[in-house]
Amino acid sequence: METMQRRLRESPVITSVVSVLLGMLVGAIMMIAAGYNPIQAYQALFMSAFLMPYDIGETIRTISPLILTGLAVGLAFRTGLFNIGVEGQFIIGQLAAVIVALKMDLPPVLHAVVAVLAGALGGALWAFLPGLLKATRGVHEVITTIMMNFIALYLANTLVRNWLSQGADSTETIPESASLRWDLLSQAFGNSRIHFGIFIALATALFMYYLLWKTTLGFELRAVGLNPHASEYAGMSVKRNLIMSMMISGLFAGLGGASELLGTSGYLAIHGSHTGIGFDGIAVALLGANSPLGIVFAAVLFGVLTYGGPVMQFEANVPTEVIRVVFAAIIFFVAANVVRWMMSKFGNKAVKKSD
Amino acid sequence: MIDTLTNILQTMVLYATPLILAAMGGLYSERSGVVNIGLEGLMTIGAFTAAVTTLATNNPWIGLLAAMLAGIILALPHAVASVTFKADQVVSGVAINFLALGISVYLVKAMYNGKAQTPTVLETLDRLPIPGLSQIPVIGPAFFNAFPTTYLAVFVVFLSYFLLYRTPFGMRLRAVGEHPRAAETMGVNVFLMRYIAVLISGALAAIGGAGLSIAIGSEFNETTVAGQGFIALAALIFGKWNPFGALGAATFFGLAVALALTGQIFGLTNYVPSEVLNMLPYILTILALAGVVGRAEAPAAIGKPYETGGR
Repeated sequence: METMQRRLRESPVITSVVSVLLGMLVGAIMMIAAGYNPIQAYQALFMSAFLMPYDIGETIRTISPLILTGLAVGLAFRTGLFNIGVEGQFIIGQLAAVIVALKMDLPPVLHAVVAVLAGALGGALWAFLPGLLKATRGVHEVITTIMMNFIALYLANTLVRNWLSQGADSTETIPESASLRWDLLSQAFGNSRIHFGIFIALATALFMYYLLWKTTLGFELRAVGLNPHASEYAGMSVKRNLIMSMMISGLFAGLGGASELLGTSGYLAIHGSHTGIGFDGIAVALLGANSPLGIVFAAVLFGVLTYGGPVMQFEANVPTEVIRVVFAAIIFFVAANVVRWMMSKFGNKAVKKSD
Repeated sequence: MIDTLTNILQTMVLYATPLILAAMGGLYSERSGVVNIGLEGLMTIGAFTAAVTTLATNNPWIGLLAAMLAGIILALPHAVASVTFKADQVVSGVAINFLALGISVYLVKAMYNGKAQTPTVLETLDRLPIPGLSQIPVIGPAFFNAFPTTYLAVFVVFLSYFLLYRTPFGMRLRAVGEHPRAAETMGVNVFLMRYIAVLISGALAAIGGAGLSIAIGSEFNETTVAGQGFIALAALIFGKWNPFGALGAATFFGLAVALALTGQIFGLTNYVPSEVLNMLPYILTILALAGVVGRAEAPAAIGKPYETGGR
């Protein structure tokens, strides 16, 4: 009884599932408070993603970048790093990909591959500085990466305005040769914008699993995250691992940005504020307990909610922003480990009663 | 030329004001050892509440007060999560940001028939000229014909300095952020001090946000705050977690924005793209953290949840 209770209390799956339900409860309360019907709203929300092949395709398209940004945040978390900079690395991934797509002339497939790799490299390099500063000068990565997010945003904007276009608000559309779209795939899903990004995302999840649990580097990354002092004592270089972790995390984020640009939008526009996909990655990673499989499932849930939001607004009249509230509540419940607290309260009562 | 200079200084003060107030908010929280990434969200809820309340009551002062209250209420979950539940303070702050933007845009749409912005607020806080001083050329119009929130911001800076460095309350608050165990040994209630600090943080950041919707601007929408909470955080760090440092940093960041906005007039943007000027606050903050421009040293116990009876 005791061990089963503890196992339940410490299982990340239980924590995540209960947190999601609590989060949706908060959303329902918000809806009732504003005079909407939560049952109708949630029905529209979840049904919308699976109505037609087109919707399924679009939902998968929404999920793909969330998997990648979630993996990016999750990998850094494993080494004890909080990479809030995934948003900025995502933008640099987009920027590097669009530069290769527009400025280089390569045959089909190869062009797309080079553009994707450029995005990944860009993301990794953008994460290098925060990693270096953390390793050499002990500067907290949260602050540097937040600053780097804004620098990335303005850098992309100035390059789009002054170099990639002649003073316009967005670049031209990328050539067919660099696109990640595939007509057969798109047609199979009712001409939606689904693209190769989902395969990149799933392959990256597999890669993260392999890296963390099947390689020496991965072992070191996790060891540093669990106990940097012990790792140092065991002869691992904590500094090197911190920098590596940030760069691999940035690489995942860059892949997300590149595939989103080459697959979904096809051009880079000037943005007044951040895309939000990088920040959503934080929620995805937390909910997925930083495990590759958990992150994929969490991204599916967040993707379904994100895609379903506008449909819910249309059908049940509930503003889409209630989804953001649900996300926020889920983050709170996972972070504060409210579930474990509830179980310990509940568990103690049960034990007392049986006495 | 004189006009341009006046214009630049005026814009600088305009942009610095909300940053100063929010940075002062961050000051209390971070000095007590609680990281506050949630400044952005606290400003957002302040801007939203101020706009909506002023629209309902036609009195911007009530709007300002309501914003303060909303900031305190929204800061409460951050305090509960990071002090009582010992959650990761950065994660909790991120959640605050999500929550604030979600709730405010959701409620705006629910209240105004699905529109994503509030109607224009007609009764806003107007510029308040200080007799005599506002007549001084160049400086007068910028510094002494400012919005009430600007005077309030400067007052809060002086008050915060006094509170933090000249009163027992401030001593205790800083002690809790540097060495909570020692503070507790001396009989300071670490949890209570951190709760108070986080709630003050919410009140001040929300007032800063309120200025954006009922003084400088006159409506609330999704982009009213747009990252200014993060610049305020940068100002706090660049100002080395010190009230006057943060005031100086916020003013300097305001100048960068003013130059980016007015740079076109005197041809500055021909040499430097306005985006580069926009980047300046963030680049400088990184340099300060890296120790290139002075050394920014964080409070020692920042980000660490406190465990009574631990070692």
